[in-house]
Amino acid sequence: MSTQINDHIHLEVAGENALMLYFVDESRSSSIIKADKVTDDISSNVQHAAKLIRQHLSADIIDLIPSYASILVMFNLLETDHHHLRNKLKKLLRQCGGTKNKQGRLIELPVYYSLTSGMDLERIAKHAKLTVEQVIALHQNHEYRVYAIGFAPGFAYLGEVEQRIATPRLATPRLKVPKGAVAIADRQTAVYPAQSPGGWNIIGLCPTDMFNAQAMPTMPVEVGDRVRFVGIDKQEYLDLGGVLSNLVNDSED
Amino acid sequence: MKSHNKSTGATSNANETALGLLVTNAGVLSLIQDAGRYGAFNLGLTNGGPADPLAFYWANKLCGNALNTTSIEISLGGLELLAQVNCVIAVTGAAMPLTINGHKKLLWRSYLIKAGDKINLGYTSQGVRCYLAVAGGFDIKPSFGSTATVCRESVGGINGDKIVTDDLLPCQAIDKSRSQLKLLMLAEHGQPKYSNEVVLRTILSYQHQSFSAIGKRLFFSCQYHVSKHWDRMGYRLQGRAIKPALDGILSEGICYGAVQLPADGQPIILLNDRQTIGGYPKIGAVISQDCAKLSQLRQGDSVRFEPISMSQADNLFHLNISRLKQTQLISCN
Repeated sequence: MSTQINDHIHLEVAGENALMLYFVDESRSSSIIKADKVTDDISSNVQHAAKLIRQHLSADIIDLIPSYASILVMFNLLETDHHHLRNKLKKLLRQCGGTKNKQGRLIELPVYYSLTSGMDLERIAKHAKLTVEQVIALHQNHEYRVYAIGFAPGFAYLGEVEQRIATPRLATPRLKVPKGAVAIADRQTAVYPAQSPGGWNIIGLCPTDMFNAQAMPTMPVEVGDRVRFVGIDKQEYLDLGGVLSNLVNDSED
Repeated sequence: MKSHNKSTGATSNANETALGLLVTNAGVLSLIQDAGRYGAFNLGLTNGGPADPLAFYWANKLCGNALNTTSIEISLGGLELLAQVNCVIAVTGAAMPLTINGHKKLLWRSYLIKAGDKINLGYTSQGVRCYLAVAGGFDIKPSFGSTATVCRESVGGINGDKIVTDDLLPCQAIDKSRSQLKLLMLAEHGQPKYSNEVVLRTILSYQHQSFSAIGKRLFFSCQYHVSKHWDRMGYRLQGRAIKPALDGILSEGICYGAVQLPADGQPIILLNDRQTIGGYPKIGAVISQDCAKLSQLRQGDSVRFEPISMSQADNLFHLNISRLKQTQLISCN
């Protein structure tokens, strides 16, 4: 059931109308890679392949879900079958891979870092044996890449945070994480697009809408973009449309 | 529940002059659905759409509608409507008692409704979901290319929410002078049967190699029960724990019907409103026909998994399509 397309890509079955492309770099034979080992080169290959598929196989495809090191390809069973699509993908992607990390757009997202807007800052600092200011500086002084969008509308998985401030998810997720919460889980970071339950560690608030159904474009970032967080103060946060009323206190909920 | 202000919001369908079916009781969970939202995965939006696409198909077919026509999915029952216009409706799916002006009516056939008529759906004892279609469809403004409601995402339907009492579901009035209205029914032998036990034919896929041979044998030979967590996002099962050798994987795309096995070894089958990506190991994916049957089960009902190949799944899909094409509706006129 597995098809090797080239040294970088192999193809597996996912479901009745879905195939899965897995991406590895030359040194790796296994497709299962932990989040802290994704390289920007793999991510670039994923983006390149997704673009090729959208360009050339749109008649057969319902939609794609590119992620860290994979692409789920959902196809139209009334137009094609897995044998044909497998061959088409094989032909199309044979030359794909080995692309070097391409520089995506650089997007700046403002963040109001503070002990009130980032209720987990102190705990992260303690965990990392750093000061709160150092945690904020380490989070800011780094360029992230958008590896995937999913889980919820507008939720962009950004990587990778500096190892020293990588913090595991909360043992019990909060029932309410406020909209705009900037948070860390292991070596990933993200902005919550809307109020939702969540177990990531909150370090600040971002006033930028990560998902607005009425806006064009709907999201400020897309997969492959680079993101930099820029610290702002409370007044700037409010001026940019941020709200403080939804803040949860760090209680047992 | 979030507020339901019809005067604001660009997705509002409120129109002072629109007429249609007025919701006098929304029931347990009634949702606006078309065939689903496709092409918006890049924004993290899931598919939505009818949990039982077969019953949805017949509801629209009985009303002479195209397959992607906006209808209502009613879970468990309790929906009550007051017609403001003459129209044709059909209800299909789980055995919900249907009455029009208090008179008992059949599912799987279309009826002429007159302005002022009351349409009531009782509660189902077998199966979970019904579909109510109207000729010409409900006139709901699509968001991201679809009217399908996904409450978790606040997208689709009326203001991204489930149907609530006093909602107006706009639809076209049928011309009274048209005496040639075609009312149709589906013969009883063509109607799907709903039971408390379903076999889920499953393609081994994704991380199935990280499960032991014994683990897979147990998975396909044990009976599982639907736990108290069953909804349009996914069905959590209870039974023999099947533990993967991996505790997690790099987050990846999740297809319809994917069977996740988290650390506790209890399967979760992901359906229409699933999260688009996730990091739990998956043993395979249930075929779409059987996902539809699963969505008609509730807590305590039982399922078994049966392994099939990708090619068998392909055959079953096309057999089903040709069977649907060959099934003729019967005229009631």
